[in-house]
Amino acid sequence: MRNPQLNAHGELQHLLTIEGLPREVIVHILDTAGSFVGITERDVKKVPILRGKSVFNLFFENSTRTRTTFEIAAKRLSADVINLNINTSSAAKGESLLDTIDNLSAMHADMFVVRHASSGAPHLIARHVEAHPHLHVVNAGDGRHAHPTQGLLDLYTLRHYKQDFTRLSVAVVGDVLHSRVARSLIHGLTTMGTPDVRVIGPKTLLPEGVEKLGVRVFNDMNEGLRGCDAIVMLRLQNERMKGPLLPSAQEFFKSYGLTAEKLALAKPDAIVMHPGPMNRGVEIDSAVADGPRSVILPQVTFGIAVRMAVMAILAGQ
Amino acid sequence: MKIHIAHGRVVDPKSGSDAKQDVFIEAGRITGVGAAPAGFKAGRVIDAAGLVVAPGLVDLSARLREPGFEYKATLETELAAAVAGGVTSLACPPDTDPPLDEPGLVEMLRHSARSLDLAHVHPVGALTAQLAGKRLTEMVLLTEAGCVAFSQADVAMPDTQVLWRAMQYAATFGFALWLRPQDEFLARDGVAHDGEVATRLGLPGIPSFAETIAMETMLALVRDTGARVHFQRLSTARGVELLRDAKAEGLPVTGDVSAHHVHLSEMDIGYFDSHCRVIPPFRSARDRDALRAALADGTLDALCSDHAPVDEDAKLLPFAEAEPGATGLELLLPLALKWGTEMKLPLARTLGTVTDRPARILGAEAGQLAIGQPADLCLFDPHAMVRISADTLKSQGRNTPYLGIELPGRVRCTLVGGRVVYEG
Repeated sequence: MRNPQLNAHGELQHLLTIEGLPREVIVHILDTAGSFVGITERDVKKVPILRGKSVFNLFFENSTRTRTTFEIAAKRLSADVINLNINTSSAAKGESLLDTIDNLSAMHADMFVVRHASSGAPHLIARHVEAHPHLHVVNAGDGRHAHPTQGLLDLYTLRHYKQDFTRLSVAVVGDVLHSRVARSLIHGLTTMGTPDVRVIGPKTLLPEGVEKLGVRVFNDMNEGLRGCDAIVMLRLQNERMKGPLLPSAQEFFKSYGLTAEKLALAKPDAIVMHPGPMNRGVEIDSAVADGPRSVILPQVTFGIAVRMAVMAILAGQ
Repeated sequence: MKIHIAHGRVVDPKSGSDAKQDVFIEAGRITGVGAAPAGFKAGRVIDAAGLVVAPGLVDLSARLREPGFEYKATLETELAAAVAGGVTSLACPPDTDPPLDEPGLVEMLRHSARSLDLAHVHPVGALTAQLAGKRLTEMVLLTEAGCVAFSQADVAMPDTQVLWRAMQYAATFGFALWLRPQDEFLARDGVAHDGEVATRLGLPGIPSFAETIAMETMLALVRDTGARVHFQRLSTARGVELLRDAKAEGLPVTGDVSAHHVHLSEMDIGYFDSHCRVIPPFRSARDRDALRAALADGTLDALCSDHAPVDEDAKLLPFAEAEPGATGLELLLPLALKWGTEMKLPLARTLGTVTDRPARILGAEAGQLAIGQPADLCLFDPHAMVRISADTLKSQGRNTPYLGIELPGRVRCTLVGGRVVYEG
């Protein structure tokens, strides 16, 4: 089975998942992102790399934030951007996913940025457009599976603040079971040679066999945070706060919310990350989220540069 | 017509015989094996040199999709697929629309099948009305109409009181229940084995104990009621152990496994291959190996196709949204042969899992090659490879993880009731 995101020359054709991505490809994306960070700080924030190209943001699941960051990234590369919120248009009229793709391909799209509630939807689309090598698919989050640009921006942030992946201890905390962010980051870190990746959460929010992804599993947050260099807090979805997985948000915060006291268990220079949007008082205390160790807002800035890098590399071939 | 099958390698799994012999057929039955009956004058001689002459295959689970799902498949296409796969008797589960819960529906289905005159169709009746798990069906009348057993197909039956009463009622008349054990609460939303692959791909999982907890409940009820229960399509190593123990205890239970499940595991999902979206899910390699061994040692009684033709559109969806199922009638023999070869079994034993062993569970006169038996036969070349492809499958369902792959065992000729119904 050929890696479905690489073309016959081993170049990046689609970005579907970080799993299986060669280390050099990740480094290339991060380096390219570095060159774009400067651009986003200029007065004129545009480069002509994607001029004349059409980028379709296909959001089968709502997300204002992620869609906006992709839109900004594409526009800064001078692409034409078309936003489609499909759950409110054709899918509701019964059009199948691949019919939608065929129609948009006929409109000469160059890139699809896809967010979908089902794991594997971007793989399906990538397989479907195989006959159109000029078409690229970027996964903007599929089910619980992957969110590779988030994983890459997390890697970028870690590299920015901590430089060397091979000396890091990184703790990922919270709802790992449902988290595509966690999966993508874990694959990214293990590919980059991070020796100590930890996941922390109650047993109800850790998937079966998660240790096989190359992580150490902790149920006790205090134990799991001890001596780590970075803490990545995951978002807990509203609908999961009360039910068979957790009794209440308050109780979750008591055991797994990041407070200043818990943060003190990590290394003194440990950074705090969060993919956003944050639930203050559920997974993270405001004092920490807004505190000096938080790099949550820089993550957002780097996110634009990373998404620009991914699109530029895909379209550059 | 009197038929003389000459020069074939005749295998009868029931007796274990495997020898080069001729077979003689008249009036729809086998009247001679080895020597011709006195005065036999063949109307047709079939040259079976290089071929295995075996009893026609007996399949305990093949969905024909009629009535109600004709867009997925029809009796005509699926029975043509059956005989092309050497299957001469099959049981079809009641999950049609409407479900097979009334004698009239069963009679109609049997009538349509008979008029096609291909494989023998044995309907499995719905255990409860509408398969809703609440009210018992008229099992006595359904049996008169031709049902061989009663089942919920893949529809959950969470009410154990109803299940208990259904077993008592069936046991009153000696009817068999064919059940696929799965706890519906534990399996809720799940689409893949709850293991490493599901975790990696972010697919909601179905734990192994969803099968075994349901099975233990059913076994407790069998112990109380004495009902005959056939466990369909077991998927876990622990499920096999439970079946082994229940048989040792003397309970009236049997079990089968699908032909895809003795070869594939969760790993085969690869990059979200929706052809691997099946019920029950492909489980770990360890489970798969336990199923393979249990089929060889007889703990599992039969191999079935679990034929589930699905239209292409329903598979062109993200994994979790794709309709579950794999086409199987034309893969049953090749997958059985592949398993038998890999397990280094004599051909007669391999074929037993798809002939006399399932026939015993079906309670039908089938699956044997002996004088006096119906002339339902399958002639195949065990060494010829078949490339499984959308162009060559007769079934309307082209959904199988084996698309594009070569498997051993090409059916050359199928006879039902002494008539040649397929030649390839």
